[in-house]
Parts: sequence; structure tokens; C-alpha cells
Amino acid sequence: MRKTGPVEIVKPRDIAEAVRLVKEGGRPLAGGTDLFVRIRKGIENPPFLVYLGELPELQGIRLREEGAEVGAAVTHAELLRSPLSARVPILRLAISALGAPAIREMGTLAGNLANASPAGDGLIPLYLLEATVRLAGPDGEREIPVEEFVLGPGKTALRPGEIIRSLWIPFPEGKPLSYFRKVGRRRALVIAIASLGALIWLEGDVIGKARLALGSVAPTVLRPRQVEEALVGLPLEPEALRPAAELLSRATQPISDLRASADYRRKVAGNLLLDMAISLSHRD
Amino acid sequence: MKIYFELNGEQQYVDIEPGESLLSLLRRLGMKSVKQGCNTGDCGACTVLVDGRAVRSCITFAAKVRGRRVTTLEGLGSPGDLHPLQEAFLEAGAVQCGFCTPGMILTAYELLSKNDNPTPEEVRAAISGNLCRCTGYRKIVDAILLAAKWKREGRWR
Repeated sequence: MRKTGPVEIVKPRDIAEAVRLVKEGGRPLAGGTDLFVRIRKGIENPPFLVYLGELPELQGIRLREEGAEVGAAVTHAELLRSPLSARVPILRLAISALGAPAIREMGTLAGNLANASPAGDGLIPLYLLEATVRLAGPDGEREIPVEEFVLGPGKTALRPGEIIRSLWIPFPEGKPLSYFRKVGRRRALVIAIASLGALIWLEGDVIGKARLALGSVAPTVLRPRQVEEALVGLPLEPEALRPAAELLSRATQPISDLRASADYRRKVAGNLLLDMAISLSHRD
Repeated sequence: MKIYFELNGEQQYVDIEPGESLLSLLRRLGMKSVKQGCNTGDCGACTVLVDGRAVRSCITFAAKVRGRRVTTLEGLGSPGDLHPLQEAFLEAGAVQCGFCTPGMILTAYELLSKNDNPTPEEVRAAISGNLCRCTGYRKIVDAILLAAKWKREGRWR
């Protein structure tokens, strides 16, 4: 049986020690669902790992009036079991499509974000809810929006020695409709060919405000703001959304890879907007 | 490095290698029900329970189970003393090559520990991360529903 390269795991006592160890070159480890595979394949060869999964300061979900603070060590499964996922349906929809039950039991939402994959299912609700990332580092703490945290595939704004302490997830105003769909070869354990998440606020019979976030169609999760604006005032019907769907296809910057061609991804992205209109207009 | 953990109800104090997976450790300890399939967390053949919850042992660092309770299929039943879930798999014809079976049964065990009256859809969602290349899943779902019925009737442990 192939083993990973010999890599020691260090368990810090508190955030200060974790930050010091990461500054020394240690790679933060939480759920390990991606990192373990990358180390085994030799894609990464960190000098040592800093296990953050059991740090007391990174545990728990704190519900406040305006939002929730999700500790960096909170797993997807914990999130799904918490009152937060009932309060914010888009979180539940996207995270229950992530990986498979045992992967959700291990992996963390903060880890999903730190991987900065354009296909990360957990990133879609964070972009839609305009979450912020609370970081702890050698120079103290800072907080930045998710969209500024993710710089590109696998690239983040983390500075040397910085770790994610928690995610701040603001509750959306009012009661928007929530939509999430991931297109892939099967339902579980699939990396999206394309995915769309949406929050739609209706005003009477038309769309009053919309937020869209797409996965796997650009170097990062994409918020196509010109399409969001184009949706305002339209009825939530597929025929009415057709021009916006074309606009959405053109707003994507997909690549071709082993899962799908760029052309197919572009087409699927637009079709997902029509699917959103169909599934949200058939609600109740 | 040495770690303490509980394996199928027995305390273990064992040496682990740096970077060793839980899968490797468990097989070294003789738990041969734990299978290596994809070794990337995708297939579910290596599923074990840690503190009662299904995880992938192939992508779990052994060091992470320090102080925890690990259950493999050996902890549920033995050839002479099958667990009702194992009997249900036999009765429903849910086993062909057997490679996915330990992971399937442990995943089902976790599901039934939380919900002893699952719908077929809930069963399919629970085993969605466990691949079977032989049976087409139908008989596996039947087996888990049969075991759930037995559990409701008190035929369980």
C-alpha cells in the first residue's frame, strides 16, 4: 500500500502557536480531504502539517442577529446539522451537493474556501451571501470579503503565517428564493462541469434584485453583475430570461478540460439560468 | 509516534508512521475488512466509523484518531455471529464481489443509528458516496430497508 511521504503533524495549543508554526512553513491541515490526496500524489510536499481541526478557538457556529460566525474547523456536516442551514437555505442546498456524506463529515467550509477551486461548491453560497473571511496572522487579525480572498485557482490572499479563523456569513435581507444546481456526470462526488447558485428577491411579479454565482466557468467563482442587473424587472419565466441567459453564457470564461469543453460549459451556464426560472417558478 | 485510540471496543496503543493513513494503520492491525479502492476518497470502500460517523480512512491521517473511537466491520459482527445488517445484506442478495460491502454496511449502520425508518431516497442519499460496480445498488437499498425494518422490530444490537 502506498503511503504518503513522511510528514509530521503538529497540533498547536492555540491560534498564536498555529500562526507561528504556519509562519515557519507548516501547511495548515483541517479536514484533509484534498490536502491528503495532493500530498500522496506528490503535488505538495510540505515540511510539516499544522493540524487546526481540533483548535478550540476555531470550533462552533455563533448565530447573531445579522449573521453567523462559522469557525474555521466547522465541517460541512456540522453546518448541515446546525440551525444555520435551516436559516439560510442556499447554504444547505449547496453544501448538501458537496462531495458525499463521509466527505462532508471530514471537510470544512473554510478549507473548501482556502483551496480556492473555481469548482468549490461551498464557495457559491459564500459569494452569494457576500461572506467575509476573518484571518489571524503574525500581524494580528483582519477581515476581507470572500471575493477579495480568492485570487485565482488555488490562489488566495493569505499572507505568510496567516490562517482562516472564521467565516462571517451575513443573513440576506428579506426572504429571497434560493436556487443551486450543479451539473456533472453523477450526483455524488462529482466535480462540477458548471454550477449556478442564485438568490432572487421578487417584487410583486417581477425580479426586484438578483445575485448569481457560477462555479467551474471561470478562474474563480463568478458573480456576473451585469446579468444580475439585467434580471431586474423581468418576470421569473424562462422565456423572459432567454436574453439574460445568452448574456450569462458570454460572461463566462471557461476552460476545456477532461470534464467538458469550454463551449459546452458556456452553453450549460446559460441553460442553468433558464432551469433556475423553471424550478423557482414551479415552487410550492 | 504512538497514539491511543479505541478500535472496536478495545484500547489500542500503537506506533504510527509519519503521514500514515488510518486505512494503512487499520490493515496493519488486521482489520482486513477495510478496503483500499481509489485511495483518493472517491469510492467509499475504505469507509470506517470514527465516533459513530462514517469517514474515509484512506484520506484520514492516522494521527487524527488519537483518543477517538474507531469502528470497522469486524466491530459489528463476525462470520459466526453476524450483525443483523450483515444478515440483511445476505438475505437481500446485496453482496457480489464484496469489495464495497464493508463500507456500505458501515455507512448504513450510521444511517440507521440516526433514522430507523428511512425512505428509499434517504438510503440512496446516504450511500451516494459508496461505489458498487456489481449489484446496481437496488439490492443494497433493499437490504438496508430490510435491516431498518428488523431494527424497528427490535432485531438489532
